[in-house]
Amino acid sequence: MPRPLQFLGQGVVYLVIALLFGLFSDWPRFTFFPADQAQIMLSFAHGAQRKGECRKLTAEELDELAPNMRRPEICPRERLPVLVELTLDDQPLYRESLPPSGLSGDGPSQVHRRFVVAPGSHRITVRLRDSARSEGFDYERSETIALRERQNFVIDFRSDRGGFVFM
Amino acid sequence: MIDLRRPLRWCFLHLERWLDAVFPAGWNPLHQLGALGFFYYWVVAVSGIYVYVLFDTGTTEAYESVEFMTVEQWYLGGVMRSLHRYASDGMVLMMVVHVLREFSLGRYRGPRWFTWFTGVPVLWLVMIAGISGYWLVWDQLAQYIALETADWLDWLGIFGEPIARNFNTASALDDRFFTLLIFIHIVVPLLLLLVLWIHLQRVSRPQINPKRGLAVGTLAMLLALSFWKPAVSQGPADLAAVPGELGLDWFYLGFYPLMERLSDAAVWGFAVALTLLLAALPWLPPMRKAEATANTAVVDLGNCNGCQRCADDCPYNAIAMVPRSDGMAFDLEARVDSDLCTSCGICMGACPTATPFRRRSELIPGIELPQASARALREDLEAATSGLDGESGVVVFGCAHGPKLERLDLPNVASVALPCIAALPPSYIDYALSRGFAAGVFLAGCHEGDCYHRFGVAWMEERLAGERDPALRRRVPRERIGQAWLAEDGLSDLASAIEDFQAGLAPQAASAGAEPVRKRLEEEEVGSHA
Repeated sequence: MPRPLQFLGQGVVYLVIALLFGLFSDWPRFTFFPADQAQIMLSFAHGAQRKGECRKLTAEELDELAPNMRRPEICPRERLPVLVELTLDDQPLYRESLPPSGLSGDGPSQVHRRFVVAPGSHRITVRLRDSARSEGFDYERSETIALRERQNFVIDFRSDRGGFVFM
Repeated sequence: MIDLRRPLRWCFLHLERWLDAVFPAGWNPLHQLGALGFFYYWVVAVSGIYVYVLFDTGTTEAYESVEFMTVEQWYLGGVMRSLHRYASDGMVLMMVVHVLREFSLGRYRGPRWFTWFTGVPVLWLVMIAGISGYWLVWDQLAQYIALETADWLDWLGIFGEPIARNFNTASALDDRFFTLLIFIHIVVPLLLLLVLWIHLQRVSRPQINPKRGLAVGTLAMLLALSFWKPAVSQGPADLAAVPGELGLDWFYLGFYPLMERLSDAAVWGFAVALTLLLAALPWLPPMRKAEATANTAVVDLGNCNGCQRCADDCPYNAIAMVPRSDGMAFDLEARVDSDLCTSCGICMGACPTATPFRRRSELIPGIELPQASARALREDLEAATSGLDGESGVVVFGCAHGPKLERLDLPNVASVALPCIAALPPSYIDYALSRGFAAGVFLAGCHEGDCYHRFGVAWMEERLAGERDPALRRRVPRERIGQAWLAEDGLSDLASAIEDFQAGLAPQAASAGAEPVRKRLEEEEVGSHA
């Protein structure tokens, strides 16, 4: 092949590679979230109550323990599941019994879920049960929220702040 | 089962042929994919150091510092950022094409398993390094990556609290998170370098730098691209809003949309399955031929003088020189590691005792392949050339990985197949010509710069030029030796080259008064019997 044609051919090769890099480094564009929707994110990590009651150790049991291991109470490790319920305009959106994490089931129950909803005014209600009760909930919060397009509305649970936190 | 390698090999052979036409000899980018990958790595490293100097860790500082270098200092910081991005893309492209090409050529089995196997973690490390880099910019694309990656990792359930909770709100995100990210973004590429070093441990004389001209061209291309289309951010991350439409870098983030379409479990399953499949490929069917393993090189100590040429020429580091064990007056002897030997026969081609002129003692060289021995090679040569005439008879020595010699159908041309062209000791060329077996010797090997056994073509050229031991003797007329280094689809080109070579031989033979083929040998054998 004549030398000028060789140079031209090399130029074409470099151009094609440059086009590959230039083009596919940001094209075709990808729509992660529709512009005319909003998002509710339910995200928390909360440990429910222990499955059993704590009890005081007897004198015999304390004697069997090494002095530095003696504690007045012994508590079962395993926690209860957390029941959570989310409704939007009184319509159920999510209800789940979240098992405790950890190999021994003694860690917090966790949830991190996203819900795509239409923007606008909505009544959001969220309830949580973390005790051994069989009916009803221990925590509840309900509010009417105006959601903007593409808004990320976060529902967290902080027991140290009294329950559900809307952000 | 469909052999995926065939269509891939067909594509590569055609692309290779076209690239051969436009690039100077030895520059073909397809023959330097690994070296080009390394070159892109160094561009990423150098540009990354500059970007790091200007980068500031922090939830707002990260984006602002990247914007500063992109907008305020576009002429240097912006160019460095763009080089950093595009060279990273280049690494992925080189890596993927390198994997596909080696797969299509079957270069992942036998002793090559180690190089293939250690290449698999490279895929993960390159991806982790690149994705963590996009995360650092902390624009809307970074926010998307953060949300998806955190969800994906949380599926494993090994973290005390979901990582994704760090990205719920701006107040949940800590500046120290960026310190952790930059730590990952620096440590992973360093780890990558270590793995690449391991990757090349069983490769003798690895080529880690591309030809200078190719490197200059590649850098110029990256620079031009950086000015033409600078890398830019996609608006600051805002955790109160969900990222909408994004421009993804498909080289790194091509599988992210899958996370939305499929479950995290499915994406994990796909990633792990693909990794395991790649890692296990050297041991999956179709298996290597059983005879290949039984044909590893053997050393005959009675003929080995410990010259070390076989160890120097072995492309797979399969031969070690060890202290003499038989009491002979040499310091060293060759020892073959059969696990590393690919039966290429280059060691036999390098052995000075593998000479066909030996008639008084049995032709057993210091090292050879049991099923393609020096003696068998001499017999093959003598048998193949029995029907040639002295004026223009040509014997072709060809390797098993170039054009198929058995499909060569030319008048007055004989062929002898070898595992690799460098398995031919140069003395056989001398033998064929000086003993009148053929008027010309033609050498056909793999494509130049892409020898299946890595150095077969290079070693043979150096032996012919007298630059490498054992060198072809000076007395051998070079004009009676032809050569063509072609890929396996180059049969017609090979036939044309042989015909041209043959056409040029007849006048030479006439002027030189060449003796009829085999006459000399017959006379000599009569003489030796007498």
